[in-house]
Amino acid sequence: MTLVNAVLDGDRLALARVLTQVENDTTDGRAALDSLFPHTGKAHLIGITGAPGTGKSSLVNQLALYFRKSNKRVAIVAVDPSSPFTGGAVLGDRVRMKDLSGDSGVFIRSMASRGSIGGLAQATANVVQVFDAAGYDIIMIETVGAGQSEVDIAKLAHTTLVVEAPGLGDDIQAIKAGILEIADIIVVNKADRPGIENTEKALKSMLELAHPTQRVFIHHGAPHQLPPFSAKMGGEKEGGESENNVWIPPLQRTIATEGKGIDELAQHIAKHGDYLRISGDWAVRERARLESEVDAALQSALMNRFRQRVSEDQLDKVMNQVFERSLSPSEAVNVLMNGSSK
Amino acid sequence: MVKERTTLSDKKIRVLVAKPGLDGHDRGAKVVARALRDAGMEVIYTGLRQTPEMIAEAALQEDVDVVGLSILSGAHMALAPRIMDLLKANGQTNVKVFIGGIVPDEDIPRLMEMGITGIYGPGASTEDIVKDIKNAVK
Repeated sequence: MTLVNAVLDGDRLALARVLTQVENDTTDGRAALDSLFPHTGKAHLIGITGAPGTGKSSLVNQLALYFRKSNKRVAIVAVDPSSPFTGGAVLGDRVRMKDLSGDSGVFIRSMASRGSIGGLAQATANVVQVFDAAGYDIIMIETVGAGQSEVDIAKLAHTTLVVEAPGLGDDIQAIKAGILEIADIIVVNKADRPGIENTEKALKSMLELAHPTQRVFIHHGAPHQLPPFSAKMGGEKEGGESENNVWIPPLQRTIATEGKGIDELAQHIAKHGDYLRISGDWAVRERARLESEVDAALQSALMNRFRQRVSEDQLDKVMNQVFERSLSPSEAVNVLMNGSSK
Repeated sequence: MVKERTTLSDKKIRVLVAKPGLDGHDRGAKVVARALRDAGMEVIYTGLRQTPEMIAEAALQEDVDVVGLSILSGAHMALAPRIMDLLKANGQTNVKVFIGGIVPDEDIPRLMEMGITGIYGPGASTEDIVKDIKNAVK
C-alpha cells in the first residue's frame, strides 16, 4: 500500500510522514499532494490568530475538547516562529494542549514558520490539505503570535478568530487596519483580568464604526464580488447575525484556562460556517484560496525555471553591479530576464 | 556576506524534548531545547509530567527524528523502556532517544542495551549534545 493510500485509510504514522514530506516540499511530498487533492474540500478550516500570550493555544485546546464531544475529528496545525539567524525553533504550543493527548480523534502538528512572515509557514496551506484529505472534519490553524499585519490566515481559513486580551492597547489600536479587519469572530480571552470592560468597549466601538466590508481577500487588486444573498439569517442585529448579506463579527468573552465561554464561541463558529454556506461566501473564499495557492505554486515554479536558466555567476555579476549602483534593482531584473537593462 | 539561498526543502532535524514522570524540574530541558534551537533544529517542547504514552504519541504526530527525555526523578529504568517499546509499537524504530538528567553509572550500560543513543548527566556540554544528535541522525 502506498503512503497516500495509508493516509486515506487513517494510518497515523503514514499521515505524519506525508506531513513531513509536504512540509519539506520534497518530490514525494508534491506527488502526495497531487493524489490527495481530489479528496480535499470537506473540512471546516478555523484560523486562530492574535498577539503572543493572548491564549491562542489554550483556546484551541478547549475548542478541540468541545468538537470532540460531537465526535468530530480534529486536526491542529500550530505555527511558531523560526529563528531568523539559525533557522532553529522552539515549538511550544503542545504544552497547552495536554488534555487532547490519548485521543485518537485529534492530531496535533507543530510547524516552524521557516522564514515566512505572514504568520504561517509557506507549507501550512499544503499541510492543511493533507489533513483535509485524511478526513479531519475540523482543522484549526494557530498562527505565530501575530502583531498587526500577519493576515495570511484569513486567506487560508474559512472562519478566522482574532484573540485579544485585556491590557493590550487602546481604541486607536482597535481602529487600525490589519489584524482586526480579518476577524470573523473576536475573542476577548482572559476575561477575568482587570481591564476587560475597557478592552471590550474599545473593540465594540470599533465594530460599530466599521462599515461591514466584504471580508474576501482582494485578488489581483480587485475585490471579489459576493453573490446576492437572500436567505433569512434571523432578525437580530447583534454580532453573529447578518444584516443584509454581511456578517458582523460577534465578540465573545472567554476564560480559556477554565473553559468559560467556549460553548458560546463554538456556536458562533458553527453559525459562521452556516452563514458562509448559505450566503455563498464559502465558495467565494474557497476559490480565492485556491487561486492564491495556484499563484504561489506558479511563482515558485517560475522562480525555479529562472534559476535553472541563469547561472550563479551571472547572478553574482549582476548583483555586484547593483551593489556598485551602476544598475538599479529593476534594471538588474531586465538584464537577467531579457539580456539588456532597458 | 550572508548568502540566503536556503529553500523550503532544507531538511531540518526535529527533536521532541519531553519530561516524563513526576518531577517538576524543567530548567535542564529548557536549556537543552534552547541550545538545540540555536543549533538550527526544530524543537517541540511538551512541558511537564508527560506519560510515556503521551510522549510516544507526540513523537508520532510530529514525526521527529530524535526524542530527548529529561528525567531527574530516578524513574528512568521504568520510563525509558516503556517509551522505547511504545515507539517501536508505533513503527518509529528510526527515532533516536537521548536521556538527560540524573542517571547512576551502573544503569548506563542497561539503558544503552535498550537502544538509548546517548545519556548526559550534570555538567554535560550542550555542544556535545548537539554534535551527538547531528551524528546520530545522519
